[in-house]
Amino acid sequence: MEAFQNLGFWGTLLVTVVLSALPLVFILLYALVTIYLEMKVAAHVQDRLAYMRTGWHGVLQPIADFIKLLQKEDIISSAADRKLFILAPYIVFMGTYGAYAAIPFSSIFIGSNIDLGAFFIVAASSLVVVGILMAGWASNNKWSIFGAVRSAAQMVSYEIPTALAILVGVMITGSLNLQEVTKFQAGGIQDWVIFGGPLPLLQKILITPFTVITFLILFVASLAEVNRTPFDLPEAESELVQGFFTEYSGMRWALFYVAEYANMFLVSAVVVSFFLGGWGSPFGSALSGPIWGLFWFILKGMVLIFLQIWLRWTLPRLRVDQLMYTSWKVLTPFLFVCIICIGLILVL
Amino acid sequence: MIETKTLPTQYVSQPGALKTSSGQTVRTDEMIINMGPQHPSTHGVLRLEIVVDGEIIIDVIPHIGYLHRCFEKHAEHMANYQQVIPYCDRLDYCAAINEEHSYVLAVERLLKIEVPERVEYIRVIMAELQRIASHLIAVGTFGIDAGAFTPFLYAFHDRELILSLFEMTCGARLLYNYFWIGGLSHDIPPQFADKAKEFCTYFKPRIKEFNDLLTFNEIFVKRTANVGVLPKDVAINYACSGPMLRGSGVNWDLRRDDPYSVYHKIEWEPKIGKGEMGTVGDVWDRHIVRMREMEESVKIIEQALAALPEGNVQAAIPKRIRPDAGEVYARTETPRGELGFYLISDGTGTPFRLKCRAPAFVNLSVLPEISRGAMIADLVLIAGSTDIVLGQVDR
Repeated sequence: MEAFQNLGFWGTLLVTVVLSALPLVFILLYALVTIYLEMKVAAHVQDRLAYMRTGWHGVLQPIADFIKLLQKEDIISSAADRKLFILAPYIVFMGTYGAYAAIPFSSIFIGSNIDLGAFFIVAASSLVVVGILMAGWASNNKWSIFGAVRSAAQMVSYEIPTALAILVGVMITGSLNLQEVTKFQAGGIQDWVIFGGPLPLLQKILITPFTVITFLILFVASLAEVNRTPFDLPEAESELVQGFFTEYSGMRWALFYVAEYANMFLVSAVVVSFFLGGWGSPFGSALSGPIWGLFWFILKGMVLIFLQIWLRWTLPRLRVDQLMYTSWKVLTPFLFVCIICIGLILVL
Repeated sequence: MIETKTLPTQYVSQPGALKTSSGQTVRTDEMIINMGPQHPSTHGVLRLEIVVDGEIIIDVIPHIGYLHRCFEKHAEHMANYQQVIPYCDRLDYCAAINEEHSYVLAVERLLKIEVPERVEYIRVIMAELQRIASHLIAVGTFGIDAGAFTPFLYAFHDRELILSLFEMTCGARLLYNYFWIGGLSHDIPPQFADKAKEFCTYFKPRIKEFNDLLTFNEIFVKRTANVGVLPKDVAINYACSGPMLRGSGVNWDLRRDDPYSVYHKIEWEPKIGKGEMGTVGDVWDRHIVRMREMEESVKIIEQALAALPEGNVQAAIPKRIRPDAGEVYARTETPRGELGFYLISDGTGTPFRLKCRAPAFVNLSVLPEISRGAMIADLVLIAGSTDIVLGQVDR
């Protein structure tokens, strides 16, 4: 953004609008690709083919689905609270999209290079809960309210391990600014925080088990944050029909769907930035640069998304009490241990 | 004069304002919620009226009858005894062969005719193939209830192979009309034995794969162990049968305890729940009983195929079936339990009375008993583990 300072008010406004629309373009393209990927991975996990008719191996199917959703009748049930019902999907999407502002896609592209980046992401994505509660309440459907309440409880519970795991990354890298965090790990795969970061060898060896555990906990917590299997209780089909978006259809439903997929990439991006070197090349200075940076960032994000999809189509679902147990009695205590040990090792 | 509006009574928050259909009052911190008849996991058109306190279930009241088709009355008004067989298929559309088996057995006992040995062997093979197909649906949909979708498609893939065997034999894939009074509609085709053996060899490792994927999955075990425990005495008091009863540790299987066809000539053993992962009679036990029964069924099929005698597939029966006045109760072990047909003949060409003892209906009646105090997610699993087919419940 510093490069565009002398454009006057209108010029700055134009540049700001265009640049802030870029992640939106990315999200839409990415959502199309990921929906296709999800269907294909699911199909191959399940020993079948998925779409094969629309284009080569059905690549045009997500676009066809998107057009179909655009054309669908916009149904708002008469018992619903109209205003909240209409507003809810936008709040959910806004929370997710807002958090993209602080995601460093490449060394030259970050929406807002603020020093509280990680904090901002955690705060902005919490807004999603408000939208989900709104959707569940406004639908005036008992299953929806069940889904919404479950979702609120789940996301609030899993914010704790997520925030604590991010704290571990902050302790090691010494910054909340994701750009700084990424630059800290720029030396290649051996300098990634998951392998202890670019610390002196002794510290690195001592710290690595704890960072690996923290990475795994952050990944598990991020699964719960985005309501993916095995933590997909808010939209548990066999229990709650479709959870908080049971009553939604057409574009409003599509907005929830896109927000969910955008959220998947968001949490992956946080994991990648803090633990897997962000846009940094795994080979140090080789294959690095702004464009390669974008490539590496998206590649790493997509690998994590592939893992999420893989888990989704393999595992059953947890029960509510087991979900809470996992968060409060397993992940959080382990993270406290990790934080204390990493802190002690760092002051060594 | 100012007009005052009063809220409809169901919106007034006062204790006792809300009542369940059985007349029980609901406290203000409880909620009545309907699961079904259009709900993804009620396995058909079952409606469960649930009283919940948060996620905890206070009471469950099953409402049935959405699929009632007057089966028994229809059966009494057919032109003859044979025409009832296709209606039996439609009782439990997941295990049509087993339903036919019970009915033809009842009519044959009423007529006091013996069927050729070859017919009995083929009936056993078909009944066991159908049992595997039915259990595959049961465990597959049970996986969906637990939130795992993939095992369901694995199960359906294997079920398709069984259905192809049926199609090869009698042309139908779901409702066969294959067992006829005194015999079968067709003999098995020449390549059937080889194909069935091929299936058995293919299927044994698949059971292990399925177990690895779902049955012994840590999350699945955590979800199902100690959930919906059906104690032995309760199971017997409610007249549960099939995997429901055996899951509770009662060693009772009609194929062994009241043998019919040629089950007494074949070596196999009934599987019972032992509480390996939790308590005897929990949801996991019922699941593992179904998984192990499939292995036993494969054993039975292999032995029956090896012993299959040559011969005719139709006994000599009178052209017009008119049993002497009398009554008979014939029962078989279907995948869901004891299916019995109580037939009264008054000497005419149609049954005077036909009563169907449907195992799914009886097993469903125990649901409220074992669901109280569980969570909503558990209720889905408990209902799934009873393996109801609404066609049979409502008849």
